[in-house]
Amino acid sequence: MHIADATLAVIILWTFIFVYAVAASIDFGAGFWSMLYMNRGKLGASEMANRYLSPSWEVTNVFIVLIVVSLYSFFPGANDILGSTLLLPGSVILLLLAFRSAFLVFSHSAVEKYRRVLTVISGMSGVMIPALLILVLPVTHGTFIHAVNGVKLLDFSTLFMSLSFYAFTGFAITNTLYLSSLLLADYARVAGDQEAYRVYRKSAIGLGPFTLLMAVMIVVALQNDADWLFLRLQGNFFWLLLAVFAFLLGYLALFYSKKGKAKPGVPRASVVLTIVQYLLAGYAYGKAHYPYIVYPYVTVAQGFTDPNTFRALSISYLIGLMLLLPGFIFFWKMFMADHRYIRADKDSVDDRGNK
Amino acid sequence: MSHTLIARSFFGTTMGFHIIFATLGVGIPLMILAAELLYQRTGDRDYSVMARRWTKGFAVLLGIGIPTGTIAGVQLMLLWPGFMTFVGKVISLPFQIELYAFFIEALFMSIYVYAYDRLRPWQRIASVSLVTLGAMASAVLITNVHTFEDTPAGFKLVDGRIMDVHPWQAFMNPSFVDQAVHVAVSAFMTGAFFIATIAAYKMLKQRDYIRIYTFHRKALMLSLAVGGIFSVLTALNGHETAQGVAQWNPEKLAAAEGLFETRTHAPLAIGGYVSEKDQDVKYALKIPGMLSFLAGNRFDARVKGLNDFPRDEWPPLFIHVLFNGMVGIGFLLLALSVIGFIWNKILRRPAFPKIMMWGFVASGPLAILGIEFGWIFACTGRQPWVIYRVMRTEEAVTGAGHLAGLFTLFLAVYIVLLIAALLVLYFLFRRHPVANDLPPSSGKPESL
Repeated sequence: MHIADATLAVIILWTFIFVYAVAASIDFGAGFWSMLYMNRGKLGASEMANRYLSPSWEVTNVFIVLIVVSLYSFFPGANDILGSTLLLPGSVILLLLAFRSAFLVFSHSAVEKYRRVLTVISGMSGVMIPALLILVLPVTHGTFIHAVNGVKLLDFSTLFMSLSFYAFTGFAITNTLYLSSLLLADYARVAGDQEAYRVYRKSAIGLGPFTLLMAVMIVVALQNDADWLFLRLQGNFFWLLLAVFAFLLGYLALFYSKKGKAKPGVPRASVVLTIVQYLLAGYAYGKAHYPYIVYPYVTVAQGFTDPNTFRALSISYLIGLMLLLPGFIFFWKMFMADHRYIRADKDSVDDRGNK
Repeated sequence: MSHTLIARSFFGTTMGFHIIFATLGVGIPLMILAAELLYQRTGDRDYSVMARRWTKGFAVLLGIGIPTGTIAGVQLMLLWPGFMTFVGKVISLPFQIELYAFFIEALFMSIYVYAYDRLRPWQRIASVSLVTLGAMASAVLITNVHTFEDTPAGFKLVDGRIMDVHPWQAFMNPSFVDQAVHVAVSAFMTGAFFIATIAAYKMLKQRDYIRIYTFHRKALMLSLAVGGIFSVLTALNGHETAQGVAQWNPEKLAAAEGLFETRTHAPLAIGGYVSEKDQDVKYALKIPGMLSFLAGNRFDARVKGLNDFPRDEWPPLFIHVLFNGMVGIGFLLLALSVIGFIWNKILRRPAFPKIMMWGFVASGPLAILGIEFGWIFACTGRQPWVIYRVMRTEEAVTGAGHLAGLFTLFLAVYIVLLIAALLVLYFLFRRHPVANDLPPSSGKPESL
């Protein structure tokens, strides 16, 4: 089957967005948990989040640049409308991102007295970022764009008054916290820190149903605010159903207990199934959204770059991927799979529950 | 201020703030690498301590360098959609490849910092090398887009439509190699002098403690060696780069040197300011024939003057001051390195006189100032074009408003971040003085 270059490009772009959405949810969520549990005196859980976050936030941050660069490389025809509609929300995101990253780094180097306030600023701004980032989606639905003197701008008052606004931001925040607590539960299990595991499992159990509720609210909001998308989404009902199924399995895996194991739950399975859920729902949403980048102003074909440029970019992607893959694998081994790192300086202090 | 001017000031401020950290982000890893290599070679623990302490400071700088870089990358699209539409079609390769460089830098920076104790020496050196390489590559690649703006290539414009695109030809545009080398070597120079500043200052403050004094003296000698090498390279390559400007963007050189009439034996004007009314550089020291010689390697080379170009295509004339500032600082740093070398290696004097020490203290901030002058000169000197003779800056700017308010907001945030970073660095090193890190007695005892 022949796939048009523009379609291939949008699949690559959507894949990057998906990878970033997962990585960033964990990243921003970990920042939030680290803050929350530091303030509540659950230092083991807070430390666990930091241990994940310290080496990974920088790598995660590159992905957001990757998305923006891929967007303007692949679909320069969408720059005008995205640039003008997203100027304000984009700027707010950038400022939050600056506070979040800078104060995250500073909090590691700061004296005890200021560490708390730096962590709070970083944690709070971090959890607001996904809520704003996801608003790019309803913007591309077209409903909230109006033209002033020929310039397409975002109609903020309509956006704030819409159900879409609340459904999408609510979805982003609950899922950020849900996915990150699942991953940190798994991380805690690898570390053998039972107390941190208990804390994160509990958070995940509390949050799970809300993520599903928010997903349902998005569907309702689409029916209100973006009829075209809602109708097209109905054609992908099967994928959405599978997504709900994956969610339920992932959630139930938190309660499954093997014989002989004291603590219930298979967090690794929950993480994987939840990511599968996003993959299925993301596929359904993307397919319904296609071929529009911004409805009804720019389609994938209209916004597409020069074919020669696309070819050169594709080759650079392949070479870049081959060069980077060993680096990513080494990174994974060092921080996600090396017990010496994940357990570091916990053996003597917090490891009572272990063995 | 016009809409375009606000947008330019806005983006210029972001870049002006970012390049401080970006430049140090290229230069300091090289110093860390040098210290790691010296440690392996000499077994002197002091160099290992240096590498670790510089890494701690560098991590704080990254806390600003990374988010401001992200801001710059996204603001390109938010503020200059017209330009980025063009970029997306013709010159998006360097942006894309730059991302791989970012990934390499981010991955191995984390590995170097957080897996330090689990790495073998060669793995440490490999990690820092990759961080340096990644940082340098991203500087070179973003310069690639800048040189495309100066010397666009690899496409045709037919009735305003972009045709016949060759991305690699666009990438290998004529001014790329010279300017990329210029950015890389000047960043290495700046990183070294930044370290020299700290080391020299500490030596002046801590004369009484021989052990600590010796530590900082080693750091100073290392940074002067690296800074010296790269200041020579920066000067040599700067000459090449200037000749490129003469060839490809003659009105930029004419404005930089205040040359109004095209002529042979053109003089080099040092200092002063360019007056359009008088058609001259006022209060400048003029070296006869030198501009011709620098631009074309012979005193009777013809250099184009501003009057050969339409008035509305002249760059602003104040770039003369920026150009002088950049070159002046470059030569000052070169002189500092050469005198330091002669003093220490040829005259074999053990200690530098106080005035030279204060010169070293000033070298880091001066180098950063030189970088600022250079970038503002390069970008302002291209005006009124965003892409030379292809797209004017006002054609590139966003149609959306609110820029002045956003500009103020971002400016305030940059100031807050800068102050916070300085405070964090101050407290970090005050709480962990070098005396705590130094092994009781390391290496060969050194006589002063």
